Amino acid sequence: MTTFLQLAFVPLAAAVLSCLACGLVGNLLVLTRQSLLGDAISHAVLPGLVLAFWLSGSRDPLPMVAGAAAAALVATGGIGLVRSAAQLEAGATMGVVFSAMFAFGLVLIELTGASSVDLDIDCVLSGQLETLIWPAAEGLASLVDPAALAQLPRELWTLVAALALVLAAFAALWKELRLVAFDPDFAAAIGFAPRSLSLLVLLLTAIATVAAFWAVGTILAIAALVAPAACARLLTDRYGAQIALSIATAATMGAGGYGASALLPPVLGLNGLNAAGLIAVTAGLLVTLSAFARSRRAARLGA
Amino acid sequence: MLLEALTLSAGHNAAVVVLGTAAFGLAAGAVGAFALLRGRVLIADAAAHAALPGVVGAFLVALLFGWNPRGSPVLLAGAALAAAGGVLAIQALATGGRLKDDAAMAVVLSVGFGLGMVLLSVVQRLPIGGQAGLKGFILGQAAGMLAGDAVAAGALALCALLLLGLLYRPLALLCFDADFAATLGLPVRGLDLALHALTLAVVVVGLGAVGALMVVGLMVIPAATARLVSSRLAPMIVLSALFAAASAWVGAALSAARAGLPTGATIVLVASALFAAALLFAPRRGLVAAALRRAERWKKTKTPGGVAEPPAGGSERSRR
Repeated sequence: MTTFLQLAFVPLAAAVLSCLACGLVGNLLVLTRQSLLGDAISHAVLPGLVLAFWLSGSRDPLPMVAGAAAAALVATGGIGLVRSAAQLEAGATMGVVFSAMFAFGLVLIELTGASSVDLDIDCVLSGQLETLIWPAAEGLASLVDPAALAQLPRELWTLVAALALVLAAFAALWKELRLVAFDPDFAAAIGFAPRSLSLLVLLLTAIATVAAFWAVGTILAIAALVAPAACARLLTDRYGAQIALSIATAATMGAGGYGASALLPPVLGLNGLNAAGLIAVTAGLLVTLSAFARSRRAARLGA
Repeated sequence: MLLEALTLSAGHNAAVVVLGTAAFGLAAGAVGAFALLRGRVLIADAAAHAALPGVVGAFLVALLFGWNPRGSPVLLAGAALAAAGGVLAIQALATGGRLKDDAAMAVVLSVGFGLGMVLLSVVQRLPIGGQAGLKGFILGQAAGMLAGDAVAAGALALCALLLLGLLYRPLALLCFDADFAATLGLPVRGLDLALHALTLAVVVVGLGAVGALMVVGLMVIPAATARLVSSRLAPMIVLSALFAAASAWVGAALSAARAGLPTGATIVLVASALFAAALLFAPRRGLVAAALRRAERWKKTKTPGGVAEPPAGGSERSRR
């Protein structure tokens, strides 16, 4: 038990928490057909993260979130500017802006020397789940021992805070978000503040991406954002069920992916598997299963 | 060091790298311009991410059969298969209309990349040599480019430019008005397939030079820059190819001169700088030109003799 708590508990919790935070926000993106905005934002926050890390000299959550949110705003502003100047379709505009910002972030990592501290390109690509350990844990009692809890990696608290924020937003704006998600045109037609709500969606996406950054990295955050909502979308039409299913999928992909990375290697005779990658692969399996379930149900109903 | 790399005098290897990536840039820019106009840019991005497990998988298969795992043809074949598989997976997920294209693309992109990272973690812990270069397929490691790769990039550029030249008229019609092209009896599906194939070829060859995450940047940014500068198709294609080649040339030289700079990211950053310059200073669509036009209009409405003081006889209304 002590070994589990020391080595596996924190990464497992981090994987599940970041998938939950991203998966919940992802509902808003997938239902409004803005999945690629999640793609764009998760790439575009990188320079903000690197600059915040460089300026604050630490991995404190507040400057990181501020940097990421600023970068997300710059990215959306840039997308609007490029769209009106170059008159390109939305996808291409996003491609221009997020590639440019991602490239800038990667070069910044080298130029600011962040790579020699503990923000390196590997972390961007596949997170740092494996480095989140809890050496202070000694048996189950540590879970209620303030002294031991204080030794938990800070990233875990960032994740808890991010998830709490996302949950609070959903709880406070349950009906409003439902309207925006299922009928944005109607929402706009009845003069219902879509602008401030889309800004909120943007900020929530930025927060979720930062939360996922340390756990799975920026690219795989896209899986955590889109896959749970996509699974739920394939299986249900109802808003409540959509949210509930996305939560279940997110928890399954986080726990399943991390579990596979811990349990599979000895079975397969390997030295270790990338946990973040396995989380994305689990997400892919879940989406495939949902698509099959949907087509089987359609076949049954048709017959 | 940078000057030497730019002028190809930093040694044979550096020259090969710079020329090879520049040749690749020509192909990426030209094909990218058509992909941009046809709205296919983000599919290229998803295919590039999905190609990563193909590269690493091919490396493993080659090991298993005792072939030379560093042989580019094997890795490129794996990349091409996986990239094509990614495109098919997007289409399969999006049929039925339940999931939209964008969600399907995002899922395939991230899951493909995740699978690549998993396979990479397997390969990296194998007790063999030669796997270090595989990481270059993510962010580009032009420094690892061999003379053979540079020749392949050159050949791709030649083939792509030839094919685009031959198909220029039908492709142009396709990009501007697919329905009209169909009524003219053009084989729209065949043309789209050709464009798809060219895009995938660029993506696959680009993996080694600029990396899976950066290929899309070199396809879309120069094309968007060219579109800001010119609104006619032929100049746009030529400019896009030239911008991309120049970015690749300068970016590869920069990353060769300063160790640690990832080649793909540096190239895309140079392309972005060109784009930013065009966004500001492009003759008609640039922000400065637009601001000047606005100022001009503003002055016209304010100056005496204009709308403000009609009796002088200069205004439209009094002349009538």
